[in-house]
Amino acid sequence: MATEPKIDWNAVIADPRFQVLHRKKQGFLTGLMIFSVVFYFMLPIGAAYFQDLFKTRIWGVVNFGLLFALTQFVVAWLVAFYYSRRAGAEFDRLAHEIAADYEKKGRA
Amino acid sequence: MHIQNRKWITRAVAAVATVACGPAFAQGAVAAEYRWLTFAVFAAIIGLTMYVTYIAAKRVKSASDFYTAGGGVTGMQNGWAIAGDYLSAASFLGIAGLISQYGYDGFMYSVGWLVAYITVLLLIAEPCRNIGRYTLSDILAYRNNPRAMRIVGAISVITVSTFYLTAQMVGGGVLVKTLIGIDYEYSVIAVGVLMLAYVLFGGMVATTWVQIIKAILLVIASLILVMLVWTPYGFSLPGFLGDVVADPKVQAKVASLLGDPAKNMSAAELGQRFLEPGLYFKNPIDQISLGMALVFGTAGLPHILMRFFTVPTAQAARKSVVWAMGIIGGFYVLTLFLGFGAAKNVGPQAIAAVDAGGNMAAPLLAQFLGGGPNSFLGNFMLAFVSAVAFATIVAVVAGLVLAAASAIAHDLYVGVYHGGDIVPPQQQVRAARIATVVVGAMAITIGIAAKGQNVAHLVALAFAVAASANFPCVLLTLYWKRCSTGGIVLGMIVGTVVAVGLTLVSPNVTYPKAVREASQKVLDGEAAKRSAIEAALASGDAGAVAKAQTDLTTLDKAVKKAKDDMAKVEGKEVSIMGLEKPMFQLKNPGIISIPLGFLAVLLGSLLFRDRRSEELWPEVYARQNTGILASKATSH
Repeated sequence: MATEPKIDWNAVIADPRFQVLHRKKQGFLTGLMIFSVVFYFMLPIGAAYFQDLFKTRIWGVVNFGLLFALTQFVVAWLVAFYYSRRAGAEFDRLAHEIAADYEKKGRA
Repeated sequence: MHIQNRKWITRAVAAVATVACGPAFAQGAVAAEYRWLTFAVFAAIIGLTMYVTYIAAKRVKSASDFYTAGGGVTGMQNGWAIAGDYLSAASFLGIAGLISQYGYDGFMYSVGWLVAYITVLLLIAEPCRNIGRYTLSDILAYRNNPRAMRIVGAISVITVSTFYLTAQMVGGGVLVKTLIGIDYEYSVIAVGVLMLAYVLFGGMVATTWVQIIKAILLVIASLILVMLVWTPYGFSLPGFLGDVVADPKVQAKVASLLGDPAKNMSAAELGQRFLEPGLYFKNPIDQISLGMALVFGTAGLPHILMRFFTVPTAQAARKSVVWAMGIIGGFYVLTLFLGFGAAKNVGPQAIAAVDAGGNMAAPLLAQFLGGGPNSFLGNFMLAFVSAVAFATIVAVVAGLVLAAASAIAHDLYVGVYHGGDIVPPQQQVRAARIATVVVGAMAITIGIAAKGQNVAHLVALAFAVAASANFPCVLLTLYWKRCSTGGIVLGMIVGTVVAVGLTLVSPNVTYPKAVREASQKVLDGEAAKRSAIEAALASGDAGAVAKAQTDLTTLDKAVKKAKDDMAKVEGKEVSIMGLEKPMFQLKNPGIISIPLGFLAVLLGSLLFRDRRSEELWPEVYARQNTGILASKATSH
């Protein structure tokens, strides 16, 4: 194994680019996580305390509760898709840039 | 080395074949004259996975190969493998069964298992890939005291894996016995020996491929069944479900679940009730508690975390979770059709007659769709689904054993016993293989010892411990600057002890007094019911007689069960914890133990500061976010 480049980690996290990445990611992830958790727990809470709504027939015998449970799958997939698009388009570029930069500096 | 491996694999196959063919058969779901068909399908699948193991064995040279397939798995492959690792018999057979018995609640239950992966995707997968190597403890040890982390991490990994493993082994034994009638003990040994062959020779490379193959077979089998179930309705959801709720078998099941209130309901109302919540879940708080354990526990399951060390980059880790979510979610949507299809075509009562938990819903549906119990195609399809179920158990068990073995060999032996000294690669691989054999032997022993025990709640307990101990520790190590060794040690202890402790005093364990009272009630009511049935039988009305005959079998079963239960608790007054009735009323401890786990990490970190933990924070935070040096952390 080749010797690892020596990296000044304090400089990395003080780097303005890292600060931008950190801020953007933190806000985005926290928001998305809270939304997902709240949306999911609406299912058991609704099934227990809003039975009349859940029993309302909407599409033939298919009721609101069943459609809402199916929506959970669609929303979970959309969250995954949305996150990976944003991460792939934005976070990865910043992270690669910082990593390449400091790995190069560390070797010099 | 290779020749030796090949010889061993041949022997392992021979051992399994002997085990599978030797013993006397009890009555299984597969009729005796078609049993050869089941074995042919089993042999084909085992042969394929063994071939893969043989190829894989050549590639396993270093510890990194053994634990993480050298980090050379692609995102898509890993996504399929995660699905293969995660879709245990509990979800493949259990959820379809739950839907077939309780309708809506069964489907609602499946949602949490998918949503769990949002937590994994957003918070855990990529950071873990960037700073971890082989095990959960590697992540914790990066900034905290390595020795302490390896000890508490290993204890937690072994605890979670053992709970999960026991549930899988017992479930697997029962399943194989029910399906093809091999004795329980031999079934457990067959599962154990096969799994050992995969892990021992092929390490993570073979385990990954076994999981991929199993996931593909599972999806194919489910797709075929759903096509057959749904095509007659022109792929209309209301059309299909309209037929389900109009089915007299389904209506009768709902009536029996509701009891007295059902008397004032019309047949149409009873059927519709099957699509409404509340037939299975009675306590909403308990259900939220279970939801919390699933949503936060998956991200702390050691065998799932380990899968993220097998991919080369954070991007691949992300891609693998997205793939896994597509496969797992898609599978649960298919399960909706399997469960309701089985309820309509086979009938909830007929399914429960083979297995009280409803686990046989999918296999029996396959048999029905192929043309029934006496047709070749029906039995071929049953055999195929059974073989997939068997592969499912083996693949999940392999992942679990690998996770537990890595905790013993990598964390305890290399990390603690050798205290971070350099251990030669060959010795590391040997330690890993020895640990695998030990864990495998333990799994077989526990599986046989736990025969007849109700272990279904052990999977939920594994999730609860993972959510209350592992998840807070990993999350706060990755994201909180002040997190320290003291916090992690306290968090691991409090999370595990509270989750296990609350379960021990919960309604999950047996309370002899309650069992006796419930059984006595059944026996007291027997005479009245029997005379009502006899009156119906004598009435001469064809419909009433048919109904009375099913009632009679149900009654006989209930009476037998009540007598058996009475005998089991004979002479006992209190539960294993010395209680007459549950002290904690919820079946799942998550809602209490998860917040306490977090609180313990917070308090422990604030009380016991650790300079190393704080000094290494910039490095951990920079690495987990940017992946600096990450690709070099595993490649040699």
